[in-house]
Amino acid sequence: MDAFTTHTGRAVPLRRSNVDTDQIIPAVWLKQVSRTGFEKGLFAAWREDPSFVLNDPVYEGASILVSGPDFGTGSSREHAVWALQQYGFRVVIASRFGDIFRNNSTKMGLLPVILPEDVVERLQDAAEADPKTEITVDLAERQVRSGDLVASFEIDDYTRWRLMEGLDDIGLTLRHADAIEEYENGRQPWLPTTV
Amino acid sequence: MGRTLAEKVWEQHVVRRAEGEPDLLYIDLHLIHEVTSPQAFDGLRMAARTVRRPELTIATEDHNVPTVLGPISDPVSRTQVETLRKNAAEFGIRLHPMGDAGQGVVHIIGPQFGLTQPGMTIVCGDSHTSTHGAFGAIAFGIGTSEVEHVLATQTLPAYRPKTMAIEVKGELPVGVTAKDLILAIIAKIGTGGGQGYIVEYRGEAVRKLSMEGRMTVCNMSIEAGARAGMIAPDETTFEYLRGRPHAPEGESWDRAVEYWKTLRTDDDAEFDKVVEIDASTLTPFVTWGTNPGQGAPLGSAVPAPEQFGDPVERSAAERALEYMGLTAGTPLREIQVDTVFVGSCTNGRIEDLRAAAEILRGRKVVTRTLIVPGSMGVKKAAEEEGLHEVFKAAGAEWREAGCSMCLGMNPDTLKPGERSASTSNRNFEGRQGKGGRTHLVSPQVAAATAVTGRLTAPADL
Repeated sequence: MDAFTTHTGRAVPLRRSNVDTDQIIPAVWLKQVSRTGFEKGLFAAWREDPSFVLNDPVYEGASILVSGPDFGTGSSREHAVWALQQYGFRVVIASRFGDIFRNNSTKMGLLPVILPEDVVERLQDAAEADPKTEITVDLAERQVRSGDLVASFEIDDYTRWRLMEGLDDIGLTLRHADAIEEYENGRQPWLPTTV
Repeated sequence: MGRTLAEKVWEQHVVRRAEGEPDLLYIDLHLIHEVTSPQAFDGLRMAARTVRRPELTIATEDHNVPTVLGPISDPVSRTQVETLRKNAAEFGIRLHPMGDAGQGVVHIIGPQFGLTQPGMTIVCGDSHTSTHGAFGAIAFGIGTSEVEHVLATQTLPAYRPKTMAIEVKGELPVGVTAKDLILAIIAKIGTGGGQGYIVEYRGEAVRKLSMEGRMTVCNMSIEAGARAGMIAPDETTFEYLRGRPHAPEGESWDRAVEYWKTLRTDDDAEFDKVVEIDASTLTPFVTWGTNPGQGAPLGSAVPAPEQFGDPVERSAAERALEYMGLTAGTPLREIQVDTVFVGSCTNGRIEDLRAAAEILRGRKVVTRTLIVPGSMGVKKAAEEEGLHEVFKAAGAEWREAGCSMCLGMNPDTLKPGERSASTSNRNFEGRQGKGGRTHLVSPQVAAATAVTGRLTAPADL
């Protein structure tokens, strides 16, 4: 995964709540066995509507999605994260996220930023008033800045460190292979196996 | 201070704990299916890694398989299923392919085989993994990166979620089911209400539920935003497990039961949050909108967006009514449906099929009606009881096992504008097919609706 320290880009205001992962990437796109090509399926049904915000050319090249609450609820499909990243998003800002989506995002280096709903709406207002508005998302400082708006966000130290270093979780866990083996030796004897 | 059930199971599985880091949690059972695993196996190959514990892993084909006999006609779907077969063979993982007697929806076969047991940690690249919490396990859905992580290490780094108790007081009235209960809970706490929590369902009404009913409740924990749902194991749990192929036997069984009996929240334990709901006031519950929190008693009417004080909820309701093609004030019982779907990891077990058959016995359906058993095991059990004859005589379609119309990946879909009454778990826009409109219901309401063509409770017939 690519390291994430700070990112400055323009924003797309998505004024919808409960943007579930079926909307982000419909199930028909989940048949692929590769990890690429999902940008075409991003919000596939909504993009058929010419008035959908992603179809507005003024937002072309934007890299920060600013959404209503409960973004990424529903299915665990990581394809939703891949689709957003492959389309060009580096950050999603919302007041609440689905737990699994948020987890998947941090594994892939897509930064989910939780801000209070009124701050989210101010960012949406700004992006609507002037689509050229730039937002800086500073992971090192845990801050979102745009014009005279400065908002702090919370993220745990460990996830922040891993994102900033661009570290592979599996590699980190395998450093503790001895602890895993020791645990395995003490597991309850009646636990089932699939063989 | 005492500990909650979730805390006890979590602590039992901590491999490593360090200040400022997530716990490294051991995973007892990893369930795999064709849709969220191919990229994980690719990742293993690219890093020259192997599957650490193939014997704690089991695979099935469910999400993307047809429910009619014969080969998969869609070449992309076929490739996906074949990819799982190749991966399972290469890494030595037990697989139940289409046509196999053990094949079925991943969350149906785990309990069916007795692989799902109290006190375990269970994960799967599927959000409805919460189903297995009905046995007092910590079970949650993960994404493909985490699937790869579990394959390679049999562990996951994770922070322990907060704990929430949902206390269900009183008894469910006759004719009110586990599905009605969980739909009412979701409507009460909202689709984000459980975010960051493991929910423990407690109280008299929960204790009286069968294992099938408990699985229905825990299954939809994710629709309330919760990471996992749990119910403490008791005699009902032990009776369900006894004699299943992977359940412990003899002395091992006795030791296991002794331990399982300790898996309950201590009387002096404290939850981070407590929600109460009165079961005795519940009636059959259905959804009218496009998220699972947008539900109401069947006896009520489509709500007006102005009823919602919160502006976000109000605009979501406006949008939902437009998508669903509904007018505020219309009695829910007057909503006409085209298709009825009985199945899924929420309501595709034998008890669900029995409930639907009881209503359809001697009656005729007026809608397209798909009855999709959750597994080949459920199918066999249903056929031994003659349920398939009841469904066929009523004019319903009796299918092979799979996820089917729950997520519309296989050919079982709604056409644009079509409306379903569905025993599945999600009423999202387009979930059952592009432009399709979904009302989530219990198997009983689904069957009664198939008879009248309008949303109907069995008591209305």
